[in-house]
Amino acid sequence: MSATVELIDAHKRYGSVEAVKGVNVAVHPGEMVAMLGPNGAGKTTSINLMLGLRKPTAGRARLFGLDPDDRRARSRCGVMLQESGVPDTLTVRELVELFSSYYPHPMPADRAIGLAGLDQQAKRQAGKLSGGQRQRLYFALAVCGDPEVIFFDEPTVGMDVESRRQFLDTIREFGREGKTIMLTTHYLEEADQLAERVIVIDRGVVIADATPVEIKSSVVGKRVSFTSPLPLSAADLAGLPHSRLDIDKERVRFFSNDPEAVLRELFRRGVQIHDLEVVGADLEEAFLALTTEAEKETVA
Amino acid sequence: MSTAADLAPVQRMVFTQTRAQLLTRLRIPAFSVLSLGMPVMFFALFNGIFGREAENGVSGSEYILVSYATYAVANVMVYNFGIGIANERGRKLDLLQRAMPLPPMVAAVAQVLSALAFAFIALLILFAYAFLVGGVRLGAATWLDLLWRLLIGSFPMIGIGMAIGYGVGPNAAPAVVNVFYLPMAFLSGIFFPLRLMPDVLQKIGHVLPTYHYAQLGYGTLGRGVADEGAGTAFLWLAAWTVILFAIAVRIYRVDESRKFS
Repeated sequence: MSATVELIDAHKRYGSVEAVKGVNVAVHPGEMVAMLGPNGAGKTTSINLMLGLRKPTAGRARLFGLDPDDRRARSRCGVMLQESGVPDTLTVRELVELFSSYYPHPMPADRAIGLAGLDQQAKRQAGKLSGGQRQRLYFALAVCGDPEVIFFDEPTVGMDVESRRQFLDTIREFGREGKTIMLTTHYLEEADQLAERVIVIDRGVVIADATPVEIKSSVVGKRVSFTSPLPLSAADLAGLPHSRLDIDKERVRFFSNDPEAVLRELFRRGVQIHDLEVVGADLEEAFLALTTEAEKETVA
Repeated sequence: MSTAADLAPVQRMVFTQTRAQLLTRLRIPAFSVLSLGMPVMFFALFNGIFGREAENGVSGSEYILVSYATYAVANVMVYNFGIGIANERGRKLDLLQRAMPLPPMVAAVAQVLSALAFAFIALLILFAYAFLVGGVRLGAATWLDLLWRLLIGSFPMIGIGMAIGYGVGPNAAPAVVNVFYLPMAFLSGIFFPLRLMPDVLQKIGHVLPTYHYAQLGYGTLGRGVADEGAGTAFLWLAAWTVILFAIAVRIYRVDESRKFS
């Protein structure tokens, strides 16, 4: 079975900036994949390459084994982009009918509007929709052609927690019909809630490609920091479960999956601890942790 | 293997895309009031002042109608179509569309068709007003002649609109229109006869597409009303169409390759 979406050693350079540096991704029919990464990691560029909105500087992009520009390939895919608009003065129904006309076998307009939960707003002009309703309109436009694969580029940006949850449920529901879903996000929870497979991308490189459980276990951790009046050395923390230890004079910082155990042991050893702070690592730090690991692996 | 069923029929796409474009702009009051209302307003104003005068067997009303019919279509092409495209690009309306199985060529053709349809509506409204209120009585053949000549002859202005629409952003577009198009409109002879202008301006005016476009319109009122025959006017307009479309297509390609390569 050939891949639905494929990037083969894809590079993309904008002027002096290389946004994507040799990405290899193959998504197979029916998979639900989340591409996860901080802002500027190369997620949108990767999606644009997959869709043929951008041409790779080196390497290849394939949609259903065809050039992504090919109308036969595009006729089988739906798209929800981050920064795109539709005319404000057309109604929801008019827009759905318009986008349906681009596809060879669209679903009935009512069904697309219903899937997006916009039945009440079908006659409303796009410019008069709320932010959340607007995102759902884009969802309706992405699915109205009854495509086999759908791309969602950060679909929940700007949504509150509840609408985000509902929206992801809608996507997952749709995915259950055997659709291939490719979604980008910078929220780990979102990837976790939706996808069976998470591709972590950072600074233009894929640094992990695994199930959400595997990804989480490698990034979840607490950040611990404290000051110690007597300067410590790395040897003082030897044998304890920590990573990325950073000692700057009195200030000690590290990450740990088991901070309680580390601190218990430090107290037992009689280390004096002031200004203790233990916080959940945010995603930026989780990515850092992943990148450091990736670097170590390449060195090893 | 691909079959016809793998792709949506192009005719249907052209139709829905053109309709959507037309509706989008008709519903923006800044565009529709300006494009549909201004020509009627100008006609009403000047018809009230000069309507009763006559020259060469042509009434002032008829002459003024042709002037503002010309003005109406050229306005739709440059302002509505040109600035409209610039605005839509500024709001990235072209981005999602570009990811669709909609050939860029179909989108471009629909843009032109919707501009022609908009101009057609503008002319019908002006004609209806001129007939019902302005007391203009032309033969059925003359009304039709004026209608199709002005639509077919408008292609150079479509080229100008397209070049501006794809060439500059929404903020710069009105300024660019004022720099390039306004002098052309001024020297077209629509607002006041070119022969009253200084010699050098007359010479410039006689080369511009807007002048020949106006002559094409005046020619429908009879021999001697226009400075040149319809054939000559069409030749000038055809040449300008080739030049301006070549420029517009080049600008369009540059915009496309900047965004989608």
